[in-house]
Amino acid sequence: MILFIVFLPLLAAIVAGFANKSFGAILPKVVTTGALFASCALSWPIFIHYLGGGEATVTPVLDWIHSGDLAVDWSLRVDALTAVMLVVVTSVSALVHLYSWGYMEEDPDQPRFFAYLSLFTFAMLMLVTADNLVQMFFGWEGVGLASYLLIGFWFRKPSANAAAIKAFVVNRVGDLGFMLGIFGTYLVFNTVSIPEILRLAPGMAGSTIGFFGGRFDTMTVLCLLLFVGAMGKSAQLGLHTWLPDAMEGPTPVSALIHAATMVTAGVFMVCRLSPMFETSPFALTVVMTVGAATCLFAATVGLVQTDIKRVIAYSTCSQLGYMFFAAGCGAYGAAMFHLFTHAFFKALLFLGAGSVIHSMHHEQDMRYYGGLRKSIPITFWGMMMGTLAITGVGIPAVFGNPLAIGFAGFHSKDAIIEAAWASGQHGASIVGIIVALLTSFYSWRLMFLTFWGKPRWEQSEHIQHAIHDAHGHGHDAVHAGHDDHGTTAAHAHHGEAAEEGQGSEPHAHDHGHVVQAHPVFTTHGDGTGGYHPHESPFPILLPLIILSIGAIAAGFVFHGYFIEPSAGEEYWHGAIAFREHLMHAMHEVPLGVKLSASIAMLTGLLGAYIFYIRSPHAPRKLAETYAPVYDFLLNKWYFDELYNLLFVKPAFAIGRFFWHRGDEQTIDRLGPNGSAWVVSQGSRVAGKLQTGYVYTYAFVMLLGLTGAVTWAITR
Amino acid sequence: MTGFPILSVMLAIPALAAVACLFVSAQGARWIALIATLIDFVLGIGLWASFDIGGPQWQFVENAGSLGVFSWKLGLDGFALLLVMLSVFLMPICIGASWVAIEKRVQEYMAAFLITEVLMIGTFAAQDLFLFYIFFEAGLIPMYLIIGIWGGANRIYASYKFFLYTLLGSLLMLVAMLWMVNFAGTSDIPTLLNTDFPVQVQTWLWLAFFASFAVKMPMWPFHTWLPDAHVQAPTAGSVILAGVLLKLGGYGFLRFSLPMFPEASAQLTWLILALSAVAVIYTSLVALVQSDMKKLIAYSSVAHMAIVTIGLFAFNRQGIEGAMIVMLSHGLVSAALFLCVGVIYDRLHTREISRYGGLAINMPRYALLFLFFTMASIGLPGTSGFVGEFLSLAGTYRVSTTATLLCTTGIILGAAYMLYLYRRVVFGEIVHDDVRAMKDISLREMALLAPIAAVALWMGVYPESFLAPMRSDVATLEARIARATPKGDSLPTPGKAPATPAAHAEARP
Repeated sequence: MILFIVFLPLLAAIVAGFANKSFGAILPKVVTTGALFASCALSWPIFIHYLGGGEATVTPVLDWIHSGDLAVDWSLRVDALTAVMLVVVTSVSALVHLYSWGYMEEDPDQPRFFAYLSLFTFAMLMLVTADNLVQMFFGWEGVGLASYLLIGFWFRKPSANAAAIKAFVVNRVGDLGFMLGIFGTYLVFNTVSIPEILRLAPGMAGSTIGFFGGRFDTMTVLCLLLFVGAMGKSAQLGLHTWLPDAMEGPTPVSALIHAATMVTAGVFMVCRLSPMFETSPFALTVVMTVGAATCLFAATVGLVQTDIKRVIAYSTCSQLGYMFFAAGCGAYGAAMFHLFTHAFFKALLFLGAGSVIHSMHHEQDMRYYGGLRKSIPITFWGMMMGTLAITGVGIPAVFGNPLAIGFAGFHSKDAIIEAAWASGQHGASIVGIIVALLTSFYSWRLMFLTFWGKPRWEQSEHIQHAIHDAHGHGHDAVHAGHDDHGTTAAHAHHGEAAEEGQGSEPHAHDHGHVVQAHPVFTTHGDGTGGYHPHESPFPILLPLIILSIGAIAAGFVFHGYFIEPSAGEEYWHGAIAFREHLMHAMHEVPLGVKLSASIAMLTGLLGAYIFYIRSPHAPRKLAETYAPVYDFLLNKWYFDELYNLLFVKPAFAIGRFFWHRGDEQTIDRLGPNGSAWVVSQGSRVAGKLQTGYVYTYAFVMLLGLTGAVTWAITR
Repeated sequence: MTGFPILSVMLAIPALAAVACLFVSAQGARWIALIATLIDFVLGIGLWASFDIGGPQWQFVENAGSLGVFSWKLGLDGFALLLVMLSVFLMPICIGASWVAIEKRVQEYMAAFLITEVLMIGTFAAQDLFLFYIFFEAGLIPMYLIIGIWGGANRIYASYKFFLYTLLGSLLMLVAMLWMVNFAGTSDIPTLLNTDFPVQVQTWLWLAFFASFAVKMPMWPFHTWLPDAHVQAPTAGSVILAGVLLKLGGYGFLRFSLPMFPEASAQLTWLILALSAVAVIYTSLVALVQSDMKKLIAYSSVAHMAIVTIGLFAFNRQGIEGAMIVMLSHGLVSAALFLCVGVIYDRLHTREISRYGGLAINMPRYALLFLFFTMASIGLPGTSGFVGEFLSLAGTYRVSTTATLLCTTGIILGAAYMLYLYRRVVFGEIVHDDVRAMKDISLREMALLAPIAAVALWMGVYPESFLAPMRSDVATLEARIARATPKGDSLPTPGKAPATPAAHAEARP
């Protein structure tokens, strides 16, 4: 059965890829979507089976690399941890396939798109079913490839290509750590089989190993090397720069790969190897610190972004930080639980944002939204559920209330904050609470800017195009515009207009040239420019509705299995290092901690309400008053600029230096050119034979060879 | 094996065909060359199929007696078998790639290629030191002519450089060989492999061989002939140069340096590791800034070959097997990349990267194949590149974590320069009208590239087919060099707590 789950998407990707446009777009769409729904339908029974507790099974597929005592096989491992990932991956993937029927409707390259999506799903499933580190690396790189292809799906667009390369290369930095981690693990344990490693790991506690000239604690070195890989894939601080740029890909891709599944692979890896991380307290501290730092960093940047997808991207980055610091505190169950709930509500938010973008003719700047809740009500309610889930709305089990109940994120996020407190990491816990406040603020800011207030889109170039085309040249330009998204110029412009959009005030001074170009469409006065958004088609709405159910209920229904002491122990069944006492201690944290997340959530909501509903001019004033802080956040802490300066430019400069100064002016001058000069002086005589250089040298060479051989024979 | 002299036949067929080519029309020469190389390929499959895995070390041995001091003695072990297979597999593809691209002096061109094939098979099969030397060095001559006559505008300079570099190194090797034969009293390679040379002399012998192999490899800083040779060579010339001739250096280290001079090898491992680590970083950065497609791939070859050398000098099974797989994989993948360049060069007659762009729009099938080979080149798991790199680096890690760390940066830099190349050639909008007019790959070009893609995928998913033939040879080599194996810098101490018994019950369905 697991064979079908994993290989159906591969088969579908191959069929869709090779059929391409030969049979129209329908065949690839039906094949890939059908395969994914079949995989999904087969996955849920497995998950439900493991809810009752079950042993791990390993299905061998094929020998892979056998070299001495290094034995790596293709095989599929299923246990409780894999089961979680199976349902997450196949469910979200199936829904995203369906969603893409609507979203990618006008794209001429749909077969390619669906083939990539299915290929991605296959690679992700190989990753989560890996029984050894090398197969995990196969999946790891496979999802990287799919991500590269999908980010660069609109390959005519320079920004998409740049983002795709960036994603791949930054991930490779992480992979360097992962590979070295595998080498080190193999050296220490003589195996790459995950269960074997986890069995042997506790025995190596306290051992030391040489690495890069120094001597360190063995398990710390191995865990940190592997964690570098996780940082790359899960976009943790330092290696996060690719994730926001990855939003160049089509929105369904962002939802599937860059929110729900691929980026969580790092968290999955740390949980999978949790018994190994348990042997190195230092490594765990690093995991926790990096997670907390990312969590805070991304949330602050998310506060000021104006592109709807980028806000959600930073939010993802921040939520991944939560998962890592949960793992770093030893609450692996809570980390996996947040991964599970996050997959649903973040996919929902992204797909909802996609639906907004679809209705707004590919306008992604929230400054040009406003008042959309009446025109696209289903999308609005979907996004609302997602927001309630991510901000963690719910009733905590305090003041005698026996049963905590709330949206998905409420259960998982509270668990993380409480677990952090219970494990003695009070600092991390406080960071978690602060970030909960920031999360609430940026999430509600997104909702208020998009769905409340008055319409502000008459200044949007995309909307202008839409109106223009509708009135003028039919739909040709819309199609062309869809393919390359026509956003290059618009984005550059938005980037320059570095200020907060708010209220209903038109930004005529920002977009003077636009107004001049289309004076006709600016006269409506209601901010709509005469454009009225329509709700998205059914294939887009159905996934939103299904995911809404997940965002509402996933936390309440499953929290027992993931984090409750006894049920959790029974469910995980050794698949992760489950610290039962920590899960007990979680319930004993002070009242203040239990309430803190909810208080933070309400504070954030209130703040967003004041800033974006009550007094819409306040954000700009605040931004002007604290301009340096605002710019710092808007420019994402200047990470891109710094890396450009430190790595990208020097790499090219050094490359040029090596090439000209090294190869041409040193090696060649002292080597062949020098001797060539000597030889050419001497061979003028040969030149007189008029046989041409080539023959001369060939002849000389033959003579030399013959001479040498003769000498050897007659010596 | 029966008495059928299959290796001599494999040498005779292309040799006779080369002579025949000179006396027929251009079209006739093409067909003769194609048929002769295909026959050799079929014979090669026969070799592989009848190779007795786990049987005697040397198989298909034939000894036609002595010719003065050296003798016509041929035979194959697992290493040689795989490299012979690589040669006979690539040869028909080279002929196919030259089918329309070569218009002048077709007869001589085909003859030169067929002679190259003879010399390459001879190099791998030779069991006599002098016979090896002759094949090894003579291999230069047809290549030299191919670059010099059918090459690009600056072909004379390139062929000159190629010639100077490679000849200088090999003269030192000849001197060393003479000393060795004198010392051991025989030029029989299997005997020499088990001869223990005095440790103090080993270093000099090793260095003399190194001079030749390092240039052939090429290792930094003896690599500058390669980019020029590639740039000027016709497509098929590049294919055979990257595909097979670059493997001669690695084969030399494997066949001679390691088993014959184990102590010297161990002593000088630091040199190999240092040069390789420099090569990976240096040439990868240089590749990043190239504007000529062939130069870029040539520089990337130098980086890949450095992974071969560190693997070989890891002194362990993973390293050596990995190095062999990298050689085979690079032989396939870089050959295919040069063919990919050839495909668009034939249409636009330029290798300038900036003249292309947007090929995915009008050449989707080409874009797909090029993508596959790009990914294989940067070692994506599932392709041949990964298996080799992974094993080679895993082996090296046991010797030096520092060298491994430095060389593994190649996976980052490799991704950067290859994807940057791919983006500039295949992605983006079409800017030039002549690019817009380019047609997608023809059936002939597909027939050249698809088999290579299939084998690269096979080697990536099920490398066992390629690892099995060399397994016992690696064991022999390991036993031979075991006494000199360096200790490595990891040396983990035992843990303080006892290992817990199996915590996870496994159930296999």
